[in-house]
Amino acid sequence: MERIRHYFTYSLTQWLFIILYTGSVTLWLWVSDRAILPFLLLLFSLLLLRFLTSIPLKLRLLIGALILVLIIPMVAGENRYYMEVATQVGIYVAMALGLNIVVGFAGLLDLGYVAFFAVGAYSYAIFASPQAGQFISAAIAEFPLSGVWFWPFLVIGLLIAALFGILLGLPVLKVRGDYLAIVTLGFGEIIRIVFNNLDKPVNITNGPQGLTPIQPPVLFGLPLNTPFHFYFIVLFMIGVVLLVNKRLEHSRLGRAWIAIREDELAARAMGIPLIKTKLLAFATGASFAGIAGVIFAAKQSFVDPSSFTLMESIGILVMVMLGGSGSISGVILGATLVTLLQVQVLKEFSNWLNSLRMAGIIDLPNQLDPSKFQRFVFGILLIVFALYRPKGLIPARRKKIDIDSLQQSQLEEVKRRDRKEEVSG
Amino acid sequence: MKKSGLFMLLVVLLSLGLIATGCSTTTSSKENVIQIATQSPLSGDLAAMGDSIKMGAQLAINDEKETFKKLGFDIELFPQDDQGDAKQGVANTELLVSNPNVLAVVGHLNSGVMAPSGPKYEQGGLPVVSPANTAVDLTEQGWKTYHRICARDDVQGPAGAEYASKSLNVKTVFIAHDKTKYGQGLAEAFKKAAEKLGMQVVSFEGIDQKEKEFNPLATSIAAKKPDAVYFGAMYNQSGLLIKKLGEKKYNGFILSGDGSDHKDLLQIAGKNNLKKTFITSVAGDATRTEKGKAFAKKYKDTFKLEPSTFSSYGYDACLVVLNALEKSIKDNGGKKPTREQLNKAISETKDFEGVFTKVTFDEKGDNKTSDVFIYSFAEGTYPAKYIKTISAANFK
Amino acid sequence: MDLGSLASMLPQVFIDGLTLGFLYAVVALGYTMVYGILELINFAHGEIFMVGAFIGTEVLLLMQAMGIMSGLNPYLALFLALGVAMIFTGALGVSIERVAYRPLRFSPRLVVLISAIGVSFLLQDLVRFTEGMTRNAFYVTGPNLLDGSLHVMDGLILEEKSLVIILIALIMMVGLHLFVNKTKWGIAMRAVAQDQQTASLMAINVNKVIALTFFIGSSLGGAAGVLYAQYYGTIDPYIGFLLGLKAFTAAVLGGIGNMKGAMIGGIALGLLESLGAAYMGPLTNGNFGAEYKDVFAFSILIIVLLFRPEGIFGEAVNEKV
Repeated sequence: MERIRHYFTYSLTQWLFIILYTGSVTLWLWVSDRAILPFLLLLFSLLLLRFLTSIPLKLRLLIGALILVLIIPMVAGENRYYMEVATQVGIYVAMALGLNIVVGFAGLLDLGYVAFFAVGAYSYAIFASPQAGQFISAAIAEFPLSGVWFWPFLVIGLLIAALFGILLGLPVLKVRGDYLAIVTLGFGEIIRIVFNNLDKPVNITNGPQGLTPIQPPVLFGLPLNTPFHFYFIVLFMIGVVLLVNKRLEHSRLGRAWIAIREDELAARAMGIPLIKTKLLAFATGASFAGIAGVIFAAKQSFVDPSSFTLMESIGILVMVMLGGSGSISGVILGATLVTLLQVQVLKEFSNWLNSLRMAGIIDLPNQLDPSKFQRFVFGILLIVFALYRPKGLIPARRKKIDIDSLQQSQLEEVKRRDRKEEVSG
Repeated sequence: MKKSGLFMLLVVLLSLGLIATGCSTTTSSKENVIQIATQSPLSGDLAAMGDSIKMGAQLAINDEKETFKKLGFDIELFPQDDQGDAKQGVANTELLVSNPNVLAVVGHLNSGVMAPSGPKYEQGGLPVVSPANTAVDLTEQGWKTYHRICARDDVQGPAGAEYASKSLNVKTVFIAHDKTKYGQGLAEAFKKAAEKLGMQVVSFEGIDQKEKEFNPLATSIAAKKPDAVYFGAMYNQSGLLIKKLGEKKYNGFILSGDGSDHKDLLQIAGKNNLKKTFITSVAGDATRTEKGKAFAKKYKDTFKLEPSTFSSYGYDACLVVLNALEKSIKDNGGKKPTREQLNKAISETKDFEGVFTKVTFDEKGDNKTSDVFIYSFAEGTYPAKYIKTISAANFK
Repeated sequence: MDLGSLASMLPQVFIDGLTLGFLYAVVALGYTMVYGILELINFAHGEIFMVGAFIGTEVLLLMQAMGIMSGLNPYLALFLALGVAMIFTGALGVSIERVAYRPLRFSPRLVVLISAIGVSFLLQDLVRFTEGMTRNAFYVTGPNLLDGSLHVMDGLILEEKSLVIILIALIMMVGLHLFVNKTKWGIAMRAVAQDQQTASLMAINVNKVIALTFFIGSSLGGAAGVLYAQYYGTIDPYIGFLLGLKAFTAAVLGGIGNMKGAMIGGIALGLLESLGAAYMGPLTNGNFGAEYKDVFAFSILIIVLLFRPEGIFGEAVNEKV
């Protein structure tokens, strides 16, 4: 066993392994029409890549991008369902990454995160459906706006959501810990209920009737309205979100967030402006959800308040915690696993059992139908993970700073300055 | 630690994947298998209604299985759980669209799930027959694959208003709804018709769909003493409101839509409080017909359950599909029809006599002959007592 | 609508709001007790309340089925149902603590929250499943024990069950107050809440005290469930979530960890909600009606926390360096 592990640290073995693995899984997916196992295993190769540390990071990123941009669309692109699942996974990954900034980095427990998703979705939905004509006179602009507007709205949705993030942040800054949790929860519910009721006195959101039809995005005159298109839009968004996240993680701001999370008082004593830093955390987190919301609205072509319940907020929080709060790759994994579990794995399992029942192999009473047990399975998983992997699947690692070398360099700095002074003196 | 964690993850993922492999056997294309899917919430708080639709469709398929065996086809039910959730509904829709064995869908209980799924069905050319969507806008989108057997809100609401005004002689009415696509749509249609008929609407109020506390609403109704209350909501909420109205000694009429047509209404509201309660429904009174009695008996034997309105809707919707399927197989020379052919056959359904409904689709996919029936709960029995039929033609 | 008839509604709305408030208060006590000791939001508490409602109703239905109900004094039946439900939910609370919380006592609080949410999902689905298997129904309606009512004046009907609920809730609150302040176990409980380590040095069995806290808090939740089932008649497996949320809001409003705060917070929230639901509509000309009830409740919470971040009765915690 030791020897195998030893061989596995060679970069050549790892290269061979990943190529063989991805190749065979791709082939399998190609041959077995629409089988779910190879599809999941193909996604799994992305996770494997993270642990093959002997391959240089840039090359690993390249392989990962290759799998996402080329292999998956080529092999599974014809299957609308897989593309839809991948798109939903992507939307949740973006949101989980956003919440990770608030909860994972800054340590502010936010139970109303879905409100920003709703704000983003509604900002596009209102103007890309005939709805805006209800309260803006036709003299100013004709509604619905065409799908070309989708692209600027990615930015507009981001800005509006960030604005709401700051709006929520302002009153909330004074409260801490569990009070913060309940206040954000209340905020999320308020947004949902207001959207549900804002069909009078002025009809802005069309209330429970929802907004439809929402224009699909248009690129070079082509409407993008199939799951295949949205897969790429989401991929692009994730790329941007990931880049921002990575850049922020070890930046001055990122370190300030972590300092606040670890000890607010000490952070303040170190001169970190609490209000500004916290507001920035809320705004950044919210803006990711805002973009995801715009894409969601365009993908669904229908938006109503029932998509933005408290359960959604809790679900996203669970993704963050399950994957590893504060760890970017962990959060991505968490969001992927939870979404796959919810929209795909449990469903396929239940369809499979159903096919057995149809074939008369097993006899299940209606109440034992596995599709009824999604929440149950979900609940058990949460407890098990909390008990046995409390830091998440891929725990966050603090960037290690070598104290000795730091001291050394500081020492040299001082010496150099002394020398300078000697010279000038 | 890290290694063991990775290993555990691998095991979890692999086992989940292995569990799910079974599906690969079900989704591969098979020439003589035809699957009819249902989409309704099977879990969550709407599960009771969603189950009824599924079981209704199941019964229809059981009944017709032999007919199709003779034609050389195995028909199967392929039930999907949309959880009453738009995202899940769309994902299911894509699953069904990409499964070549699925030729038609009976489904969506919630109009809010149907709305985002509609364009996807349209793209996949997969015909849908809805047993329960009443929202007006669904058939105004120009979808060619969408059909429904039940009456729209703008037929059912006005029918209720007409009955209240002409038969119950109601002059003032208090209208409330559950702030859902269904409840609000119905209540607004009722309001419009009521005002046209010269009734005075004393208040028009919404209350959250998850609300269980009806005391404040009941108190303000009791204080205003209107001749009638109209509540657009599902039976669980209308039951609670009716109970509270009884406790507040409200003495007027209570009217509601087909969402309240459920046997549990009797228990939730309490029989004594239902003395002046009427509902509109789109399902005909099956207790009087032989067919209906046979259905109820079969349903009970198969599922050990009393049928509900939604099971009868589900049954009839599935029968419409199967009827069209049989026709399109025959038209296609005994070969498996395409979705397009089946959709055409469904759209052309004319004067089809289901157990509870008569079905003729118009060019939008609405049922032209969806009459509205008035029932009374005065006797405290379920199914409620049939009072009269109001023809849909009055409101077109 | 004229002001006269609005005013005539007031006594009725007040009584109904008070009843709801007492229900909130009893559930809020469970939240606040656990929080006071463990600084943990027991997210599953709402579900314990729901389980209590189901057990109480099942006991009553069972007695009805066995035919011993008719000869029984309705109060006796109610107390029987209360007793069974309290013992069972108390035990349930203790076992949840043992399985899902105790191993995580020194983990970050968020992790415990996740575990609590897991328990919450599990209980919801288990109840839905058992009710589905045994009754094939989703909404369960129990026998109505207390249906007396007194027509005091036009627009005010005093219901027997409202009064009974308020009375039982009051008795439980007073009992709890006495227990916490006068008994040895109560003193131990407060000691653990103040400082677990020091308490354990004082020969207090911390685990036992925590288990006891969970038992009492959960049985209060279960009792509230039984009362709820009597008051509204019909229950379903998802009643716990929203009500739990409201009760938690009430606890925070009053100052979480503080028992007096939970009681006052609960009653205040119930009253405000009822008043809001009844009057917001007429006062704003129908533009903002009962559908904004929860917005109203949460806005009050946010406003209160803005000016008193530790809640109405909570003690301001000084930060320790």
